[in-house]
Amino acid sequence: MEPQQVDLTAPFGGRTLPNPLTTASGCAGYGRELAKFVPLDALGSVTTKTIMPYARSGRATPRMAETPSGMLNSIGLQGAGIAHFVKHELPWLAERGARVLVSIAGERLEEFAEVAEQLNGQPGVIGLELNISCPNVADRGLVFACNPATSYDVVRAVRRVADAELPVYAKLSPDVTSITEIAAACVQAGADGLSMINTTLGMAIDPVTMRPALAGTTGGVSGPAIRPIAVRCVHQVHAEMLAGRIPRVPILAMGGLRTGLDALEFALAGASGVAVGTTLFNDPAAPLRILDELRTELAARDFTSFTDAVGYAHRPVS
Amino acid sequence: MAHPVQTEAEVVESAPAGAYRRLVLRAPEAARRVRPGHFATLAVGGGTSSMLLRRAFSIHRADVEAGTIELVVAEHGPGTRELVRSRVGDRLSLIAPLGTPFPLPEGPVSALLVAGGYGSAPLFPLAEEIKRRGGQVGFILGAATEARLFGVEAARALTQDVLVVTEDGSAGLTGLVTEPLAQAIKAIDATVVHACGPMPMLRAVTGIAEELGTRCWTAVEESMACGVGICMTCVLPVVGEDGVSRFVRSCTDGPVFDGAKVRWADLGTVPADLEGAAAMGVRG
Ligand SMILES: Cc1cc2nc3c(=O)[nH]c(=O)nc-3n(C[C@H](O)[C@H](O)[C@H](O)COP(=O)(O)OP(=O)(O)OC[C@H]3O[C@@H](n4cnc5c(N)ncnc54)[C@H](O)[C@@H]3O)c2cc1C
Ligand SMILES: Cc1cc2nc3c(=O)[nH]c(=O)nc-3n(C[C@H](O)[C@H](O)[C@H](O)COP(=O)(O)O)c2cc1C
Ligand code: FES
Repeated sequence: MEPQQVDLTAPFGGRTLPNPLTTASGCAGYGRELAKFVPLDALGSVTTKTIMPYARSGRATPRMAETPSGMLNSIGLQGAGIAHFVKHELPWLAERGARVLVSIAGERLEEFAEVAEQLNGQPGVIGLELNISCPNVADRGLVFACNPATSYDVVRAVRRVADAELPVYAKLSPDVTSITEIAAACVQAGADGLSMINTTLGMAIDPVTMRPALAGTTGGVSGPAIRPIAVRCVHQVHAEMLAGRIPRVPILAMGGLRTGLDALEFALAGASGVAVGTTLFNDPAAPLRILDELRTELAARDFTSFTDAVGYAHRPVS
Repeated sequence: MAHPVQTEAEVVESAPAGAYRRLVLRAPEAARRVRPGHFATLAVGGGTSSMLLRRAFSIHRADVEAGTIELVVAEHGPGTRELVRSRVGDRLSLIAPLGTPFPLPEGPVSALLVAGGYGSAPLFPLAEEIKRRGGQVGFILGAATEARLFGVEAARALTQDVLVVTEDGSAGLTGLVTEPLAQAIKAIDATVVHACGPMPMLRAVTGIAEELGTRCWTAVEESMACGVGICMTCVLPVVGEDGVSRFVRSCTDGPVFDGAKVRWADLGTVPADLEGAAAMGVRG
């Protein structure tokens, strides 16, 4: 099997993407700067930074700290709001042939729906990713994705207003007792796919000031340090799907993806798509390298296509 | 932002420079694009390094003919410790040029260049450009100690107006760069100040320049995760053309900012009148 013969195409909603690779939300901005390092249309899709209905300043600095094989961030969803995105960023992305997965959020259900509605019929948009792992003011600082009922409600509210052709993915937090329970609630509510995982809550203390290193005290850990957690989440949820306890929907995996071998690992665990996040900060040209490596890894194991590898780790022991 | 080049650059020279290490890297394509004030980032270790984030360094010099870029690296933590140990022949993953450079004057001006520590690194090519346009320059180079000064000889080769200031008095005047600043601005009739160094220094320099009605360009140093504009970790509050304050990225919108537009007193906070502050629960 020659690497060049491996079929990397990946189904997504009703369409077929050239490959299963996307960018993790918040790790590629709105694509403009990344385009200086990788042609955006070479990626299966581009996932935007999470967009809210209105402008948000985000948190105070310092917003990041490096940790072993990872980093902490507390950006706080800085952004100019949906109207600005639709007017200034989306047309630019569409012109470049980027297939855009738009990550959206709100502090209340209505806000999720409001943003989703504004994306109906917009050029370039191929799907929505609901960042339900962000702080929820209406629910006293809890996170939607920590509770099956609130997760269900958000997905429901968006699925009701979003264009039927746009797949809606729910992005889950690993910081829960049972991720399969949340996953089940999202799929029941009509999620067409699940994104796993968002950052996991962490903290660092500056040895010089002897105070928290981040202005926001705590932040989200990302990078290779969390990959085993992400693989576990994907494997657990895919297993529930195979067992028929959760209706089968595609999983988009992320968390420390750095190489083609990591991408393969996620596929074997059950992911139909993968996203590269923090690795872009180290190597903005990583997506093309990862795709090349993925082809090689698949070929080395005699997979003729990426989809054949999806969920392969679950096959019964013979 | 300039169009950056990502490349494996060979170390062609590594030499001590006082308390610092001067690294010369071969990167012809990147070198061609460099303007004074641009910076570069280096990755630490290889593709499996546990230090994921690149380290940012001002570009001290770019030699188009030799195809090289020079950086001045101070040992600070584990990443820079590893970088200063790199040897001739090693290859380092480099991205350059990054950021917005210093604005260059149309014609002759008198400019005062103020630096703290290795902050002088990007000021020499700037001084050369200003002189090439018929202008004149003066330097105030400050540091904690004599060993932490950088480029005093290079400055003297460009102008006789060089003031050296150290906090411990081990070289030149004793104190901070801000002490002789007002007098120096007047002495050379500076219409513009360019400053690079620690944030408190930039704030103080801007204040003094503003009082004298002198334009002040500052090259800031904010903690950066990506350096290329995709992560939003490096922001600071800056007043825009429209009078509205926003958190802007120091890696792409900076590192050079009009000092008068940076809200120095508000660094590390979310000022209530910042665009989008209300959404963070900050009340105006
Ligand atoms: C635009 C710009 C230009 C710079 N120019 C120079 C230069 O010419 N020479 C020089 O020696 N240093 C320069 N610095 C500072 C240099 O980037 C840091 O000292 C270095 O990143 C520290 O890395 P470390 O692993 O040694 O320290 P650590 O403290 O272990 O670093 C941990 C993380 O914090 C970041 N970080 C820590 N300190 C700083 C800092 N002061 N600024 C930005 N990020 C930081 C690191 O990049 C890394 O991601 C510059 C920084 C910026 C933003
Ligand atoms: C700087 C930064 C900003 C992020 N911003 C968002 C965001 O806006 N929305 C979101 O859903 N996830 C956000 N994330 C989480 C990532 O999308 C991803 O889920 C997580 O980082 C794990 O993947 P990684 O280890 O490959 O980065 C952010 C992560 C980082 C590091
Ligand atoms: S360092 Fe990433 S946006 Fe500036």
